[in-house]
Amino acid sequence: MFEATRINHKNLSRQNMFRLLLGGMTALLILPVILVLGTLIYKGAPVISFEFLFANPTNGMTAGGIFPALLGTILLVIVALLASVPLGVAAAIYLSEYAPDNWFTRAINIAIINLAGVPSIVHALFGLGAFVIFFRFGTSILAASLTLAIMTLPVVIVATRESLQAVPMAFREACWNMGATRWQTIRRIVLPNAVTGILTGVILEVSRTAGETAPIMFTGAVFFLPFLPQGVFDQTMALSLHLFVVSTQVPEMPEAVPYGVALVLIALVLLMNSVSIALRMYLRGKKKW
Amino acid sequence: MTTKRNAESVAAAADFDKLNRDWYIDKAVQVLVFLGGISAIIFIIGIFVFITKEGMGFILGDFSFTEFFFSQNWRPTSENKATYGILALIAGTASVTGLAMLIAIPFSLGTAIFIAEFATGRTREFLKITVELLAAIPSVVWGFIGLALMNPLIIDIFDVPVGLNVLNAGIILGLMAAPIMTSIAEDALKAVPDRYREAAEAMGATRWQVIYKVVLPAAKNGLLGAVLLGVGRGFGETMAVLMATGHAINIPGSVFDSVRALTATIAAELGETAVGSPHYQALFTIGISLFVITFIINLIADLVIRDVRKG
Repeated sequence: MFEATRINHKNLSRQNMFRLLLGGMTALLILPVILVLGTLIYKGAPVISFEFLFANPTNGMTAGGIFPALLGTILLVIVALLASVPLGVAAAIYLSEYAPDNWFTRAINIAIINLAGVPSIVHALFGLGAFVIFFRFGTSILAASLTLAIMTLPVVIVATRESLQAVPMAFREACWNMGATRWQTIRRIVLPNAVTGILTGVILEVSRTAGETAPIMFTGAVFFLPFLPQGVFDQTMALSLHLFVVSTQVPEMPEAVPYGVALVLIALVLLMNSVSIALRMYLRGKKKW
Repeated sequence: MTTKRNAESVAAAADFDKLNRDWYIDKAVQVLVFLGGISAIIFIIGIFVFITKEGMGFILGDFSFTEFFFSQNWRPTSENKATYGILALIAGTASVTGLAMLIAIPFSLGTAIFIAEFATGRTREFLKITVELLAAIPSVVWGFIGLALMNPLIIDIFDVPVGLNVLNAGIILGLMAAPIMTSIAEDALKAVPDRYREAAEAMGATRWQVIYKVVLPAAKNGLLGAVLLGVGRGFGETMAVLMATGHAINIPGSVFDSVRALTATIAAELGETAVGSPHYQALFTIGISLFVITFIINLIADLVIRDVRKG
C-alpha cells in the first residue's frame, strides 16, 4: 500500500548525503586536533621526568626542569581563586535569588558577557593600569592573580547561577514556610544542594586561569627568576609564559623542551576539564528531583 | 505570678532579639550579594576607565584620527619622528580573523547540526565532550602548534620560504574558535522545541528536510549569535596570533604573507616601553579600540540571542 515514490527516494538519499557531509565535517574538525595532541605527546613525553617537573631550569633554560614555572602557575591560580570564588558566588546568589527582572539585572548580565568577551590583552592593560600602577602592587603575583580573577569571574558566576537555579523552587518555599529568612534558606537549603555544581565551575576556572598568558605578561609573570617567590608581592614564573619563552625567545633551545612544557600545560588543563565534566555527569546521574 | 510573667517576657524578648539578629544578618547578606552582583558592572567600567586613563595623553596630544587609523606606518621607536599608524595592524587582524571565520563558521555550524540533529546516544556524548575539551586548549599551546608543527608543514606543502603567515594563523585561529562556536550553536539548535521537529516528521519530512525547513529557520538568531561571539573571540585572540603570524608589519597580498595583529602588537611591545611614554600610550589607545569593538560585537550578539529566547 505504501510504495516509496521517486520523490521519497530522492529525499532520503539527500538526507543521507547531508548526514555524511556533516559527519565528515565533524570528523575534519576533531581529527586534526587529536593528531596534533598525539604529536605533542609523542614528542613531549620523552622529556617528562621527575627531574623535569621538580628541578630548576639551568643553562639558560635549555636544560633542567620547570619547577618554578609550575609552582608559579599554582600560586597564581590559588590567589586568583581566593579573590574570584567568593565574589563570583555572591554575584550568582544575587542574580539567582534576589535580582528582579529589570533593566539593571540585564545590565549586570551584559557586563558579565562582556567581561568574558573582552580580549585577554585588554585585561592585561587593565591589570597594568589598575593593579600595578594605580594600586601600587607593582608587577607581582597579587596584581597578576587579580587580573586573572576578574577575567575568569564570568566562569564562576555562570556555573554557580546555573546550579543555584537548578534547585527546585519548592525547596525554598518549604523553608520559607517554616519561618526561615531568605539567607537561612540560601545557606541551609539552596547552597548545599548546589555545591557540586559550583565546584564544577570552580574547576573550570582553574583550567582557564592556568592556561592564560597575555593577562599575566605585564602584571606579574616574568621570563626567568633565579629564586622562588616568597610572597604575593614577588614576581613569579608561570607555565604558560614559560612555553612562550622557551618556544620563541631562547636561541638554541633543544626541540624537545618546548614540547615537554606544552604537554605538561595541556595535561594540567585537560585533566581539570575532565574532572569537571566527570563531576557534572555524576551529578546528573545522582539528581533526585 | 509576677516572676513567671517576667520570665515569660524575658524569654519572649530573647526570642525577639534572636529574630532581630537573623533579620539584620539577612539584610547584611542581601547588601553583600548585591555588591557581588554589581561587581561585574564595576569591573567593566573599571576596565574602560583605567585603559582610557593610561591612553588619554596620546589621544589628547597631537593625535590625528586619520593618521592613527589610516596610515600604515607603525614606527613607534623611530629616532627622528615616531609615527603611529595602525592600518597595517588592522589589515593583519582582519585577514587572519577573516580566514579563521571562513574555516570555523561552516565547520562549527556543520558539527553543531550533526551533534544536535543526527548523532545519538554515545556518539553524541563523546562528540560533545571532545568539543568541550578542544575549547579548553590554551591559546599559547595553539601558538606553539602553529610555530612548531604548522610552520614546517606549510613550508613543505606550498614550497614557500616562511610558514608563519596569514594561512597558518588563520587555520590555528579557526580551529580555536570552532569549538566555542559549535557549543553555542548547538545550544541554539537544542533550544528549538522538539514539537516542531515532531510536527514536521509527522508530515512525512525526512530528517534533513526537518533541519533545513524547520530547525535552522527557528534557530537562525541563535546561530548568528554564535557566529558573532566566535568573531569576537578570534578578533581578540592574542598569544596564538602573536606566535603564528610571523609578526611582520604588512598589508597582506596573499595568504602566504606574514602579518601582525593589533593584539599581538600590544603583547610584543608593551614590555619595552616606558610607562607614560607616547609609545606606551599609543598601545593603550589600540587597547581602547579593541575594547570598544569587542564590546559592540558582544552587545549585538547578546541582543540577537535574547531576541530568539523571547520569540
